[in-house]
Formats: sequence, structure tokens, C-alpha cells
Amino acid sequence: MQMPQPDAGILARKSRLVARLSQLLPPDALIQDPAETRAYECDALTAYKCAPMLAVLPASTQEVSDVLRICHEDGVPVVPRGSGTSLAGGALPTADSVILGVARMNDVLETDYDNRIIKVQTGRTNLSVTGAVEEEGFFYAPDPSSQLACAIAGNIAMNSGGAHCLKYGVTTNNLLGVTLVQMDGTVTEIGGAHLDAAGLDLLGLICGSEGQLGVVTEATLRILRKPEGARPVLIGFDDSEVAGACVSDIIKAGVLPVAIEFMDRPCIRATEAFAHAGYPDCEALLIIEVEGSDPEIDHQLGLIKQIARRHDPVELREAADEDEAGRIWLGRKSAFGAMGQINDYMCLDGTIPVSALPMVLRRIGEMSKDFGLDVANVFHAGDGNMHPLILFDANKPGDLETCEAFGAEILKLCVEAGGCLTGEHGVGVEKRDLMLHQYAPEDLEAQLAVKDVFDPAWLLNPAKVFPLALTETRRARPMAAE
Amino acid sequence: MLKPVTEKELGEAVRQADGPLAIRGGGTRLTGQAGMTLSVSGLSGISLYEPGALTMVAQAGAPLAEVEAALAAENQRLAFEPMDYRTLLGTDGTPTIGGVFATNTAGPRRVQAGAARDFLLGVRYVDGMGRAIKNGGRVMKNVTGYDLVKLMAGSWGTLGVLSEVSFKVLPRPETEATLRIAAADAGAAVRLLSAALGAPYEVTGAAYDPAQGAALLRIEGFAASVAYRAGELTKLLGAGELVEADASGALWTAIRDVAPFHGAPGDVWRLSCKPSQAPDLAARLEAEALFLDWGGGLIWARVPEGTDLRARAGDYDGHAILMRAAPDTRARLGMFQPQPEPLAAIEAGLRAKFDPRGIFNPGLMG
Repeated sequence: MQMPQPDAGILARKSRLVARLSQLLPPDALIQDPAETRAYECDALTAYKCAPMLAVLPASTQEVSDVLRICHEDGVPVVPRGSGTSLAGGALPTADSVILGVARMNDVLETDYDNRIIKVQTGRTNLSVTGAVEEEGFFYAPDPSSQLACAIAGNIAMNSGGAHCLKYGVTTNNLLGVTLVQMDGTVTEIGGAHLDAAGLDLLGLICGSEGQLGVVTEATLRILRKPEGARPVLIGFDDSEVAGACVSDIIKAGVLPVAIEFMDRPCIRATEAFAHAGYPDCEALLIIEVEGSDPEIDHQLGLIKQIARRHDPVELREAADEDEAGRIWLGRKSAFGAMGQINDYMCLDGTIPVSALPMVLRRIGEMSKDFGLDVANVFHAGDGNMHPLILFDANKPGDLETCEAFGAEILKLCVEAGGCLTGEHGVGVEKRDLMLHQYAPEDLEAQLAVKDVFDPAWLLNPAKVFPLALTETRRARPMAAE
Repeated sequence: MLKPVTEKELGEAVRQADGPLAIRGGGTRLTGQAGMTLSVSGLSGISLYEPGALTMVAQAGAPLAEVEAALAAENQRLAFEPMDYRTLLGTDGTPTIGGVFATNTAGPRRVQAGAARDFLLGVRYVDGMGRAIKNGGRVMKNVTGYDLVKLMAGSWGTLGVLSEVSFKVLPRPETEATLRIAAADAGAAVRLLSAALGAPYEVTGAAYDPAQGAALLRIEGFAASVAYRAGELTKLLGAGELVEADASGALWTAIRDVAPFHGAPGDVWRLSCKPSQAPDLAARLEAEALFLDWGGGLIWARVPEGTDLRARAGDYDGHAILMRAAPDTRARLGMFQPQPEPLAAIEAGLRAKFDPRGIFNPGLMG
């Protein structure tokens, strides 16, 4: 994976930049000691590391605006960072860049239950948004696996999803307003407490733009009343194709579960060894959760079990109480941790049409033999969002490269099947060079033109999302450096 | 009128245009655009429908009725409940699926299920230079690159002409019911609606019609579940009348299509606002008639011809769209509320990229 060469001129002007920034920021908000900037050398895609020139931790929209304006005037690239949990390298710095971390901006600005909104600073973690409203019985719906750590800023940048988005949608469906700071320091308010912001859907455009169009410092989010209850059922099958058919039949029957999770045998075995959740040793396992009052749950699970039985399940287990529900989810929730115990792994998140599931699983199995690396599959089956985990050994020379080549083939397969490269993690640096497999050059040119509008100098998170060759001339535009 | 039947012909028509184009689906909305009409109604047909994956792909000119019939056959539907403008606006023509998404049209269920833009998964469109562009796809989760799908939804043909849309559909519930609870005024009604929407009973419609003197709350799902939730809402909010099944459906079709204003003269405005602001805002409008949808977050107002409702509304969190008025009023007030800076500059910048010659519905949105 290639990153642009650092600009020697920018590095030479470091002390001047530090001097200007230190006039605006308190001393502890400006990190320049190489021993400390190393803390920002990577995000959760740890295969790639590069310490930034500087890191800044502004505490307000005004400070973010000041930092961006100065960096803009000086032609310095800025890499925004939420909590650094990106699996795609979305917050990977270059050596000549400034990391702009929003972690200090984590206040709740307003909670309004009558209008069912919360307004927060975006450094706040996903789970603590729900934490701020749960006493009143409300929650914030998008729930990425990293929700304990990940920041709303990163959720907006990547349009994060989660296990429950089959019913509640992803970030873009729950975002009502933002305060956006553009690279030149301009502060813009978009949307607010009302539905359907005026004019063009800029909220929709900014959500998922991977921090390339602006830094979102405040967000108005939709909150929902918690359902009366929820209960999962676990269904095991001898055949993953049959499991896929069962999912399709449930959806066709008009039941809309809040989550449908799928695990294959390698994943089941690994998580059993790690978490002892009591899963059956079978080819495919579904965890399906429904919500409502007890009688409503009974009714929906009754229909689901009726459909499942037509597909000859080897196991059909409904949670009788909270404890059992917890155990059914335990294995799924520890799947990634379990994999980490066994090996290094790479987690992909290509999405496919649900109907292509059997074909894609079969092909991944074949490729696993060809590349000589094991794969475990765990994914959100209701919406086709796969999460193949490729196991490799980072200490074995060449293994990472083989793993990346295998991963790229899986993602190309997802696109061929009518799907896409990434369903919720984002492109970042990881899938940047695969973009031309999904889009034609003119399709990408339309996207690049959008960045030209928001950040004409291409300074904000510039080496991400698009193949470097496509953005080279834009990134090389002469800066007003002097 | 230009009426291409393929995306290639659509691109050719745009490339050869030497002046403004009035972009049209079925022509059921009043935009009053000058220029040569470019209709996408020739691009027709459903190209893919997978009920088990809850997805459909259709050409932009496919009639909405055809889409809805195909979905109904599989017991599914468009959950965002697009309205039919024809009676309100006195237009004829055939609503198209492209028009629904281009205008981000959503009905009462918007408050729970989302707007058209929340269901749009992928687009193909022709930009102002006649180039065919693809964005998004046909899968429910997709963060591959920028989301131009959302940008195209609700851009009213000003950034590109849709040629194909793929979208998410949802199961049609077994039944529905509406709880009609008396409300003395908008303030009392919004309190009821807020309490209902803040309860765990999945209300899918929350309106207030002063003519009925009542707040309306819709519940949908399996029959036993609907009965249970209606009972719980009654306990929470007080007794009301329960309107069931088809009669409930008719109530919401009327709200969706703005039936309270059918046949009545005057201009029609649509205001999006913070629900708790609705009662005061509604009073300031001094409308001849109005009603609330979306829990108070949407106000439909009918006022004498030529009224500048934005001036009357003053300051609030939201915006007003002029849905029906004579051409001179539309020209004077604009259909859409002007955007403040720096938003206006960003939008102008985007238009200059997507439609550099400024030929798509010029002036409609800014």
C-alpha cells in the first residue's frame, strides 16, 4: 500500500506552523514531540503506521476552524480522527500531516425528548450517546461493534452501521443536523431538529465522505424509545445455502427482525473455543432477534420457528430468559476477539445481494484453499453485509501480502455478485485501490468533483478513498504556502 | 418535448441541448420551468425485483402504479408512502418512480420509516454534459465512496436526470388501525403526538387535523400486536376512537394526499419544523386552513393567493416549500426557501460541477 511522499517544504516549515497554532491552542492541545505523535501513527488497521508531523486536540468548533484555516493557509494536509477505530485506515496519517483529533469535544449539548433528538459534540462515543438518554428509556440506534470506543465523528465520516440496522438504518438515516467546518475554516450549519433539511441533501453527502469534505464538530441525532423487550433465537443448519434460503423466506413472510446474524463453521468453532457459548457444531448458524412486548415477540418468533423448521434445522433454541439471550449473543459478540486469540486477521465488509450468498460463500471457500489461508465468516445476513475474517500470521514473511491479495479477490467477487466493496467500514486506504472495480472512471470523477467544491486544495484526508493515480494532479495543486 | 427511451438517448438529448431543459417524470408536480421539456417517461420497466432481498431496480420512468402493483403482489410496499399530487395540484399525468425519488417525496410514515432518500440504494443518472454516471448499488449497506445517491434524491432534477433507481422495499403489514383522540388545539395535539412517538409502540403516522378536532395515531403490524399497542396507547394518552383496517387506510391516504385542501382555492405551503415549535408557528401563519403531520414536524397550510408565508412564519428551525401557487407568485417567492451562506455557495459549487452549463431546471432550487 502506497502513500504520497511527504512534502519536504511542509516539514521544513513545521516550526512556523507550531508557532502559529500555539497562539491559538492551549499547550496540552498541541502535540509535537515524536514520542507522543506516535500515539496517532495508526488506527485499527494496524498493518500501516506513520506518525504525523503534529497532532492537535481542539476543544471547540472555533478551535477546529482556527486550526483548519491556518493549515489551509500553510498548505498542510489534515487528517481528522475520531477515536481511531477505523478498520480501513481512514485516520492513517502521512508524515507531513496534522492529525486533528476531536476526542476532547465530547459534551452533550442538548437532549430533547419531546422532539426525540440529542445534540452532541462529535468526539462523544457512540455508546455514551445512548448512555445520556437511556435513563429516560431512549437510545441512539446505530450500534457498530466498536460502539464502546468509536466516536460519533467517525460514525458520520464512515456512515457506520451495526447489527440492528436491518430495522433502524445506519448513521445517515439517524442524522438530522451537523456543524461542518470546511478546510478553509468556514463553519456551516446543516439541518437541525427538523426532518428533511432545506435544499440539496448535503447531510447525506457529508455522511460517509470519510472526513474529506469537512470536520463535523456537532451533530443532531435522532433518538428512539427503547422497545419493550427483545429476544433472540438461535438456529443451526447443516448447509449454509439452506440457512440463506431460510433468511430469505423469513423476510418474504413479512417478519422484519431487528437483527439477523450469520456465522459459519470455522467461526462457530473459534468462538466456542474462546467464549463457550454452547453453540452447536454445524455448518451455519443464524441468530435472529425480534422486538416488542412478550406476546408480540412470541408471535414473531413463532412464525420464524415455523419457517425455520421447514428447512430442517439441526438446532432451534429460543432464549427463555435474559441469561439465555445473553449466551446466544455471547459467541457472536466475541467472534472478533476469538479470532484475535487464534491469529492475526483481516476483516473485510463487502456487501452482496442476499440471493448471492450461497455462491459467494462457496467461492470464498475455494479461494481459501488456493491462497492457503483460512477464512471465518460472520455477517449481517439480513442486509447482505459480509464480514469474512482472513487469518494470517503477521510474523511470517509474505503472509500479509497473501492475505491482502486474497481479500482483494473476495471484494471483487462481492462486486461481481452485484454488491459493493464496503458496507459499513469505509474505503479508507484499505480498499482505495479497488475502487475502479466497482466504479468507472467517470463515476469516480463525479465524486472527485464534489471534493473539489468542499476542499479545492485537496488538503483534508487527501490520500484516501480514491486510487492515488486519480487524485495526483489535484493533490499536487500549488499551495499558497508563502 | 424530448422523450428518450434509453439512457443512451437521454445522454444524447442532454448533450445536444442548447438551452434550458425542464426535467420531467410524469409531470404531476408544478415546477413551472421554462425551456424544452425533457421527459424520462420513455425509460420504463422494472428490471429486477428480489422480494427476499427487499430490493427493486426500475427505470426512472416506470409508473409508480406499476411499481406498487408489483410490490403488492409479493405483499410488500414502498414504506415511505409517496403522496399523489394530482388532485391537490390539479395536474394529470402518471407519477413515475424517478419523480418520486428526484423530489424525495414521502408521506405520513416518514416520521417512523424515513423519507424516499432513506430507501434509495443506487442511481444511474445523466449529468449536465450528457455523461451517464452510476452511484451506489442495489445492496442495503454501501459506503463505497461518496453518497451521491442521497444528493440526487431531492435535487429535483437540478443536478442530473435520473435514468435508473434501485431501492429498498419493506413487507406490507398484516393490518393497521388508527387511534383518533380528541384534541382542542394544535398545542394539545402535539403533546399527544410527542407522547405517542416517544412511547415504544411504533406509531407509523402521527397527524393532527383541526377539522376532525383530533390527533390521529396509526399503528401497523400483526393483528394481535396492533390491538395490543392500541390498548397501551389508550392507557397512556386517554380514550379515543379506534378506526380499523381499510377505514384507517383511507384516513391516511387523505392525510398523505392533502385531501383537506382538495377543491379549495388559495396557495398551498408545506413547512418542515421542529415539532414542538409547530403550535406557535401554526398560529403565526394565520392560514385559512392547516393540518399537521409527522408528529407536528410537517405543517400543510392553505393561505390566500400571493401570501408570503415565509415572512409570516418568521424565525424557526426549518423551512417552507411553496407547493401550489400561480406562476407569478412562484416567480416572486420561489418554490424553495433561499439557502443562507455558506450553504448557498456550496450548492452553487455543486451545481457548477454537475451541470456546468446550468441547463437542468435552472433557478428552481437556487
